[in-house]
Amino acid sequence: MTPTVNTAAALALGDDALVLSHRLGEWAGHAPVLEEEVALANIALDLLGQARVLLSMAGDEDELAYLREERAFRNLQLVEQPNGDFAHTIARQLYFSTYQRLLYAQLASGDGDFAPLAAKAVKEVAYHQDHAEQWTLRLGDGTDVSHERMRQASEALWRFTGEMFQPIEGVDIDWDGMRAAWLDSVGSILRRATLPLPEGPQSGAWTAGAGRQGLHTEPFGRMLAEMQHLHRSHPGASW
Amino acid sequence: MVTTTAVEEELLRLAGSVPDPELPVLTLEELGVLRAVHVRGADSVEVELTPTYTGCPAIEAMSVDIERVLHEHGVREVSVRTVLSPAWSTDDISDEGRRKLREFGIAPPRGGRSSGPVTVTLGPTRTVTSEPELEPVRCPHCGSGDTELLSRFSSTACKALRRCLSCREPFDHFKEL
Repeated sequence: MTPTVNTAAALALGDDALVLSHRLGEWAGHAPVLEEEVALANIALDLLGQARVLLSMAGDEDELAYLREERAFRNLQLVEQPNGDFAHTIARQLYFSTYQRLLYAQLASGDGDFAPLAAKAVKEVAYHQDHAEQWTLRLGDGTDVSHERMRQASEALWRFTGEMFQPIEGVDIDWDGMRAAWLDSVGSILRRATLPLPEGPQSGAWTAGAGRQGLHTEPFGRMLAEMQHLHRSHPGASW
Repeated sequence: MVTTTAVEEELLRLAGSVPDPELPVLTLEELGVLRAVHVRGADSVEVELTPTYTGCPAIEAMSVDIERVLHEHGVREVSVRTVLSPAWSTDDISDEGRRKLREFGIAPPRGGRSSGPVTVTLGPTRTVTSEPELEPVRCPHCGSGDTELLSRFSSTACKALRRCLSCREPFDHFKEL
């Protein structure tokens, strides 16, 4: 009666949420102020919750998270990029949360497998995007140092943004329309933050569609080693 | 069928009386997360529970507490199922729940609005919320509407951290979702 779940799409969306959640969790104990530490951990928790629902649609959540090799992950290269300085984390948040909000809004309006989760998560992601937007404005339109760092971060991550709009097979949404809406939204925030819209290409030959096909950047392997180490060393461990 | 419905209503009342593990002043019914109870067999009951936030870790404690309460009342087999749709909203918190939150020192969510973040203006050191169409978030301690946002995220995913500019007390605000 119900068509089988689109496992490949569940993995792509679930891996995005899982990997970014882990990266944000790395800020615990290192964020610039306590409130920010709590904020990033809360955003990570929202993403982890989404990842659990999505990965459970594709199989066993623990096996998928802890026992897959690097090339079996389908997340965007953007979300696996290291935290860098706080500006890099905010630029990554701005690019990804804007994308995820648009994507979930479209999925929520349909009646596919992802609609129930998307309808719920889009409200959470709205707060993530707001958080990223406020920090982009504050850093971009702040001191000379914060402006310069935010400019460098928004440019450094720009080449990973094109991959977001490569259609995920079986996800029937208006990808071109989403790309236009994303550019519009991000462009407007950067402008208000007195930051230039990065000029380079949104993807290099080696990044185009790569994460969704299992090709990842160097830091991802190290991140996975840390994320999976405990589970692999002590199978079935719990506390 | 009528008797079954009465039983289900009673079970729903019992499950709904379970306190929220993170905000024990509220019951699950007041929080609006309990969706339904279905009697599946002679001694078997299925409970539908919806999370506030997708990643809310309290849902596991809620399930265990519901199972315990129903076991204590003679139901042998209880299964708690998590449902996502329709998505929970802070509008699902009852009036009584809002009153209890305020008494507990947490500003309740403002009702009857579309959920989501609100626009703020950035000052040099503080954010000033500008939402002319909305009632202000009132300090749960002194009742003043003169409050400011400190952080969009607080001790749990569902709350924001604010400070009262009249009595100077910081407080949690159950933010609108």
